[in-house]
Amino acid sequence: MSRAFRPRSLQEAVALLGDPELGAVPVAGCTDLMVLDHAMRRSHRAVVDLLGLAELRGIRWAEGGGSAGGPVVEIGAASTFSAIRADPLVRMHLPILAEAAATIGAWQIQNRATIGGNLANASPAADSAPVLLALDAELVLVGPAGERVVPYRSFHLGYRKTLLAPGELIARIRVPVPVPGTRQRFHKVGTRQAQAISKVVLAMCCRREPDGLLRGVRFGVGSVAPVPRRLRGAEQACEGRPAGAATAERAAAAAAAEVHPIDDVRSTAAYRREVLARLVRRMVLELAADAG
Amino acid sequence: MASTAAPPGAVGKSPPRPDGPAKVTGATRYVDDLALPGMWHGATVRCPYPAARLLRLDPAPALAADPEVVVLTARDLPGPNVIQLIADDWPVLAAERVNHACEPVALVAAPTRARALAAAARVVVEAEELPAVLTLDEALRGDPRAGGQQPLVLAACTVERGDVEAGLAGADLIIEGSYETGHQEHIYIETHGAIGIWHGEEAGLEVIGSLQCPYYVHKALVRLFGLPPERVRVRQAPTGGGFGGKEDFPNVICAHAALLSRRCGRPVKIVYDRHEDIIATTKRHPSRVRHRTGVRRDGTLVAQDIEVLLDGGAYVTLSPVVLSRAVLHAGGPYRCPNVRIRGRVLATNTPPNGAFRGFGAPQTQFAAERHMDRIARALGLDPLAIRERNAYRPGDVTPTGQRLDASTNALECLRAAAERTRFRERWRAIERERARGRPDDGQPWQGIGLALVWHGSGFTGDGERRLGARAGVRLLPGGRLEVLAASTDFGQGTSAVFCQLVADAAGVPLEQVQVHEPDTAAVPDSGPTVASRTVMIVGGVLQRAAAQLRARLLAFAAERAGLKAERLRLVGGQVLDPQDRVVASFAELADAYLAAGGEASWIAQHQPPPEIRFDEKTYQGTAYPAYGWCCDVVEVRVDPDTLAVRPERVTIAADVGRAIHPVLCAGQLEGGTLQALAWGYLEEIKLERGRYLNDRLQTYIIPTVLDTPDMETILIENPTPASPSGAKGVGELPMDCGAPAIVAAIENATGIAVHALPASPERLLEARRAGQVVQPQHAGA
Ligand SMILES: Cc1cc2nc3c(=O)[nH]c(=O)nc-3n(C[C@H](O)[C@H](O)[C@H](O)COP(=O)(O)OP(=O)(O)OC[C@H]3O[C@@H](n4cnc5c(N)ncnc54)[C@H](O)[C@@H]3O)c2cc1C
Repeated sequence: MSRAFRPRSLQEAVALLGDPELGAVPVAGCTDLMVLDHAMRRSHRAVVDLLGLAELRGIRWAEGGGSAGGPVVEIGAASTFSAIRADPLVRMHLPILAEAAATIGAWQIQNRATIGGNLANASPAADSAPVLLALDAELVLVGPAGERVVPYRSFHLGYRKTLLAPGELIARIRVPVPVPGTRQRFHKVGTRQAQAISKVVLAMCCRREPDGLLRGVRFGVGSVAPVPRRLRGAEQACEGRPAGAATAERAAAAAAAEVHPIDDVRSTAAYRREVLARLVRRMVLELAADAG
Repeated sequence: MASTAAPPGAVGKSPPRPDGPAKVTGATRYVDDLALPGMWHGATVRCPYPAARLLRLDPAPALAADPEVVVLTARDLPGPNVIQLIADDWPVLAAERVNHACEPVALVAAPTRARALAAAARVVVEAEELPAVLTLDEALRGDPRAGGQQPLVLAACTVERGDVEAGLAGADLIIEGSYETGHQEHIYIETHGAIGIWHGEEAGLEVIGSLQCPYYVHKALVRLFGLPPERVRVRQAPTGGGFGGKEDFPNVICAHAALLSRRCGRPVKIVYDRHEDIIATTKRHPSRVRHRTGVRRDGTLVAQDIEVLLDGGAYVTLSPVVLSRAVLHAGGPYRCPNVRIRGRVLATNTPPNGAFRGFGAPQTQFAAERHMDRIARALGLDPLAIRERNAYRPGDVTPTGQRLDASTNALECLRAAAERTRFRERWRAIERERARGRPDDGQPWQGIGLALVWHGSGFTGDGERRLGARAGVRLLPGGRLEVLAASTDFGQGTSAVFCQLVADAAGVPLEQVQVHEPDTAAVPDSGPTVASRTVMIVGGVLQRAAAQLRARLLAFAAERAGLKAERLRLVGGQVLDPQDRVVASFAELADAYLAAGGEASWIAQHQPPPEIRFDEKTYQGTAYPAYGWCCDVVEVRVDPDTLAVRPERVTIAADVGRAIHPVLCAGQLEGGTLQALAWGYLEEIKLERGRYLNDRLQTYIIPTVLDTPDMETILIENPTPASPSGAKGVGELPMDCGAPAIVAAIENATGIAVHALPASPERLLEARRAGQVVQPQHAGA
């Protein structure tokens, strides 16, 4: 028999999860957990429900909330994708996060699936991951040893391995508010129009300076490596260059060269590499097409 | 303006289906919802290897962990270790040799499903893996089961007409092509399930299952248990979809549940979860079809040389019948004087393939339709022109020598769909656009494509004659009528249509008619619910039975009233005299008749006209009593960067003879079209060491509502003389058409010619890199 706990505070949750006797796992929307439990025919000695924790909910503006000192949008880890896609702050400042949220599963899944679960589950195909990489988010983690803040880009250590310590939770996600004029792009290539896991998922964020050059270029990509990752080569190919066909082609070539996708049940390595390059190209071309 | 008055009677209208309210409110109880007193649950132990020698099955660990469970192997069977279908090669439980991955080797029963599954996982299966044949190419190189030097051929047949070599020699041009299709899983909403109820040696065996063909299961159980037929009873539970998948496989799962029940002395239920359902049950046969076609410059076909290869999987199942339908449809709906079609089903060490909506015809017509487009391009013709030139007309003769009757509407369907969509103009405009070159700017590419198909209704050849379907009507108190047939409704709406046909033939209002649950203890054998035969063949038998009932009751009424029977009429549930005065209500009359001890059931039997003959040795004669015709025009949008395809609109023009229930008829066409489109561009099963990799709904991708295009259905009604109602089959027809049409549309949009299904973005990229690109056609623009 397994046991279920509904802690009333984050502190209580952390205490329960830190108790080696209990052997409890955290659960939020359960949309990943139950699928895996069923497929692996596994069960848990105890579960700790995070959905009731006020500390893990809500989306708010915080001045100087990030390590860099600027304003951030702070998102509770137990926020559902329905809440995220409808949130005015997200829609205004982080439109690609709202866009990504709207592609996750379908309505029923979005009503339960949480952003913390999406990251902690650590699938290379998690759709919020590339967006948070492109937006250079930070994670606030809470565990038996207290709170720590880590850049999201260092969160994934390997295939389904994260730097979460035993008993540690993702509490909040802090996304620096992009400066006005920042361009954001998102494109998901799924297996179909809804209820689709990504074959390639790409997000981009950058500024176009008054001199017409691209700055602060960040690409986040999923499903082309064991972990969601940045495309440093493509970013460098764009940084400080004019938006346009030449930059687009160079960035595309760099992206294709720096990823090592695999053949699997959903797609092929050749397709993923080619399509990633085409999408990087398209995004950079679109920057040029945008007036200003 | 003349008002279009609705015809009298129920046929041609779309009344609510009788099973609708219970399904919508959730009251319908499927196998999984049924709980019988004392019932246990069964689970299946499977061997993971594609080919192996079984060394040892050890239930000890399972029994040690849970002493109450029951474990059963091939040694415990009461009769031959055979799943009764066509050949005797399919074991109930593998005994010595395992021939495909996930083959059942033992069964387990326990008080709960969880305990049964846990016990099944503990049964030790020791096996020595043997060399396996996993693909058609490997099969062609030689199968150890056939001595290693040659393929194991599960079925073969040939159709020949005219002189193919002479025809090819005289052709202006010979065009060759090879086309492949992959597995397809049915994904009925309800997975397989059955309950076995052993009542003891005297009272016999009862099985309740989710199934299409009660009498198939009956025959299989009679043989396995060695019981007299009357001591085996098979009942169909409400069934959540079949698509052919519940034609053959219920023979397996019902046998398993029955065996466990006999062993435990209590009811035992087996229900597969989706994963088990996918790994263990039959799929559509993968195919490879080669065409060598001789044509004249103007596009006229002069010779078709076609070779059909199907991958049968490990056992024969229904493959010979699938192959014969595949071969008989392989030329497409086109006249050609010299034809040779040779077909073979080869064995592989993969799970057995079986019945699936279309039954081989979708595979061969995918090839035929893509080949027509290839011929058209080679000759500079558009897809419409080549088909207009060659499509069958009434009076044309098929490769089996059958002269087509007046209900031959290939051209009408083609023209209706083409005109509705302005096909030619738009297809050409897109070809010109491709020729001019398009900016590489991410703007989506549009494409339009079409396909034309035929589909024979009813059993192939002399099947209906051999079967002699029986069905009937019973008179109940109050003048209610009950349909007695073993034909099952698994979603298509058979019950609704049977009620309509019987109501009109008997002359009673629709509300007076109901359908008896298909139950071999209560209904005659009207044959399996397959082959688009139910409305046309069984419906016709029911109409005859209902007419007999009507005649008998009128005679009875006449006797009572002292009138001549010919002078009375039964209309809308009233018996009328020549002055249209009500002599009696039907209800009153029926009660009096029953009280007088009248016979209450009328059973009729199907008798094909004697001139309809088919010779299975020469493959000459009437292959099918009637043919449905269908043309799809598919419009797609393709993302030039990702090659992701979105079907946006499909126009379906279909000749179904007569639409008994237009809403259900359109429903069959639309649902079948979506299933066909998805097989064409979306659904795929990859295999690794003979196991399906896409073995869950997470990875076996079927279309969602957002993937579903807008559909318009144009019904062309040209009644067939082969059935009293004029209806031809509609269930399978649309399955033949969608895949070649969407692949044609993709070709028009991208220039990429895909010859293997599905035309997934991955395959499109691969094909483009391999240079499978067609030149845009701009001649005559
Ligand atoms: C039908 C279907 C469609 C789907 N479609 C998509 C899709 O399109 N895109 C996509 O990216 N995903 C998809 N998913 C996967 C899933 O919905 C998401 O990953 C979701 O965000 C997981 O969140 P959850 O709250 O349900 O996590 P849960 O299942 O509750 O948890 C997942 C894992 O994370 C851990 N966890 C949860 N919260 C925390 C926390 N705050 N701190 C530390 N650990 C935590 C749990 O212990 C568990 O190991 C789909 C799933 C289903 C069933």
